[in-house]
Amino acid sequence: MGEPMDLVLLSRLQFALTVMFHYLFPPVTIGLGAVLVFLEYRWLRTGDRIYHQAVRFWTKMFGINFALGVASGIVMEFQFGTNWAVYSRYVGDVFGSALAAEGIFAFFLESGFLAVLLYGWDKVSRGFHFFSTCMVALGSIFSSVWIVVANSWQQTPAGSHLVERTVNGRTFVRAEIVDFWSLVFNPSTVHRLNHVLLAAFVLGAFFAMSISAWYLLKGRHVAFARRSFTGSLLLATVASFAQLLSGHFNADMVARRQPAKLAAFEGHFQTGEGGTALYAFGWPDEDSRTVKGGLAAPKMLSFLVYQDLEQPVPGLDQLAADYGAPPVWLSFQAYHIMVALGMLFIASTSLACWYWWRGTLFEQRWLLWFFVFAVALAFVANETGWIAAEVGRQPWIVYPMQTDAGLVGGLKTSDAVSEAVSSGQVLGSLLMFGVLYAFLFALWIFLLDRTIRHGPDSLEPAVGPEAGTPLSAIAQRATHLYGE
Amino acid sequence: MDLNLTWFILLGVLLAGYAVLDGFDLGVGMLHLLARGDAERRTFIATIGPIWDGNEVWLVTFGGALFAAFPEAYATIFSGFYFVFMLVLLALISRAVALEFRSKRASAAWRRSWDVVFFLSSTLATLLFGAGVGNAMIGVPLDDRGIYTGGFLRLLNPYALLVGLLAVALFLMHGTIYLHLKTAGSLHERIYRWMWRGYGFFVVMYLLATAVTLVAVPRAIASLHSYPLSWLAVALNVAALAAIPYALYRRWSGRAFLASCTTVCALVLLLGLALLPNLVTSQPLPENSLTIYNAASSPKTLWIMLVIAVIGMPFVLAYTSTIYWVFRGRVQIP
Repeated sequence: MGEPMDLVLLSRLQFALTVMFHYLFPPVTIGLGAVLVFLEYRWLRTGDRIYHQAVRFWTKMFGINFALGVASGIVMEFQFGTNWAVYSRYVGDVFGSALAAEGIFAFFLESGFLAVLLYGWDKVSRGFHFFSTCMVALGSIFSSVWIVVANSWQQTPAGSHLVERTVNGRTFVRAEIVDFWSLVFNPSTVHRLNHVLLAAFVLGAFFAMSISAWYLLKGRHVAFARRSFTGSLLLATVASFAQLLSGHFNADMVARRQPAKLAAFEGHFQTGEGGTALYAFGWPDEDSRTVKGGLAAPKMLSFLVYQDLEQPVPGLDQLAADYGAPPVWLSFQAYHIMVALGMLFIASTSLACWYWWRGTLFEQRWLLWFFVFAVALAFVANETGWIAAEVGRQPWIVYPMQTDAGLVGGLKTSDAVSEAVSSGQVLGSLLMFGVLYAFLFALWIFLLDRTIRHGPDSLEPAVGPEAGTPLSAIAQRATHLYGE
Repeated sequence: MDLNLTWFILLGVLLAGYAVLDGFDLGVGMLHLLARGDAERRTFIATIGPIWDGNEVWLVTFGGALFAAFPEAYATIFSGFYFVFMLVLLALISRAVALEFRSKRASAAWRRSWDVVFFLSSTLATLLFGAGVGNAMIGVPLDDRGIYTGGFLRLLNPYALLVGLLAVALFLMHGTIYLHLKTAGSLHERIYRWMWRGYGFFVVMYLLATAVTLVAVPRAIASLHSYPLSWLAVALNVAALAAIPYALYRRWSGRAFLASCTTVCALVLLLGLALLPNLVTSQPLPENSLTIYNAASSPKTLWIMLVIAVIGMPFVLAYTSTIYWVFRGRVQIP
């Protein structure tokens, strides 16, 4: 048995590693799902084979990301129990309904119809295939709905109360459900869900734009790449602008519901007189409790939170006693990187739309090169968003509930780890995941690179149920899929 | 019938669904290295390629439902069996990656490496699932807060390993019968012989495990006395086991598969009856056991989940059958 502190730290590191690795994939599949629905709809409407080629290609990309998302996703479900047993006992009753809904409504839908999406081209009608594509896209959105519901309840609990329970003579406290719908629509669910889905659309669109831009620069598959690029550009532009609005609503909600988190995002250590400044960037120093070398807009934070230039926003000096003190440096940087990247996405997609309207988009090689690499920034924006949300919630794993009588309950992260697990065991599993995920990451990059170099397949004859008998169709499909 | 018992039964349904569906694709994985040459191995993977992922969702949903309905049991099992679950994760992730990425390159070394990974991960996962069932049967040490107090090695006791081997034998038999259903030509004829061996191996393990269980797990016999339904489960099990060789002899692969599925379901039913009302049996202090009552979520949560399951399950069954229908027929790769 090691020190309890080590156990908490190691468990958190393992959770951070596994969830951040996992979260590379679901937003890509959510975003690409929307792209696929659009492209396949266009193919059905116009009969244009370029769209068919595009759907087939992006389906392959979707499949690679989905496989890794599933492989790394099962770890997350197990890990609540393996590493966070106390937390699981505390939240089980509340998470129950959301988890049941996720499994039954989302996972079965996704994985079932994915089979048709990936392997069913020669076996079902075009209409049924399109239906399956829609179901997979819908399923991936559904699964994000329920996991964000559960996570939002952790941030802003509602619809539940604390109950003392006795098992075999021992008494402990857990959260129990009171009202299903106020649990589902707790104060942060809708804002956070919008933010997560828009971020996923931005990432999926940037993913498709990156690969298309590379083809355009290399002069390969140009007709295909142009259609994929412009379709994704529209999605990315709309989602980036909508994300600005969603971001504002989220910050507003955080200011009211989790004021210490907002103070950490803004490096706001000391409550001052008059309006509070908003930092564009800076270096918060937790020792001197100031932000060093930053650039700030005076009174802007007060204006954004209260629409009042003079009302001071409470700082961590006032909030820490009730809400606890989140780590400021990490919250601040993660939040500011996310916001800055969001602004960059708005600027770059707007510029691209402007050139597109002028008809010169595909001559702007520097901009296309930017989009080849910008997908990495979209991944970073998604990850830093979650870092800000989760680190800003500390020291709580389940935030205390705001009631008329003040803050009630809550579960500290340091109290939530498994009783039966030692730090040595967690160190062992952390190393295992480190090695395994490094390998999977390399495999992912290798397969993406290979698929991109291979490019979309040349046009094939029309596909439909008349393509052959079931037996020969399976043989064709299997040959097609499982090797040349 | 009370809600707690309803959820115990629903968990049993999810577990049976998982064992029947993922059982055959784990079996295919364990048989994979017996396939000769790349075409046969591609055939093996093609028989499960489109559906294995959906099959594994039954496990994910089982885990989620256990967490939701009986959080105390979920927390105790998952944290107590820490290294076992880490090994299960290692096996499931490696298996998923091997299945999805084996055919992405033509290189023989690449494919052979993934073939070995696919075989090892399928075998390890099956063995560990079986060992888990064995520990559930024989009981594990719990303190008065329902927390596991044994070590890692205690989970790999001889009885648990015996049940692990029983699971390997069961899924091997189940996998050969599934492959027989889905293949054609000379491979199909070779698999016919494997089915008999798979069946023989399973019967030997089944008799051995039954004999040891009757001696080592008094709860199993007690359940025969307290629940007359148990005799029905035993009868179902024996009938299904007897039906398999007859169907094999008559070369009815569909019916043999049905009988094999029934065998799996009957074993899950027997497991449930042996456990009831416990989820985690405490041994040597049985008063510390986690039951479907002291480990459960509130009645309100169980009720909401039931409503969700009643609305959702018909859809799940409808499109699961649709997908199996779409991918029906034999796979033949020249």
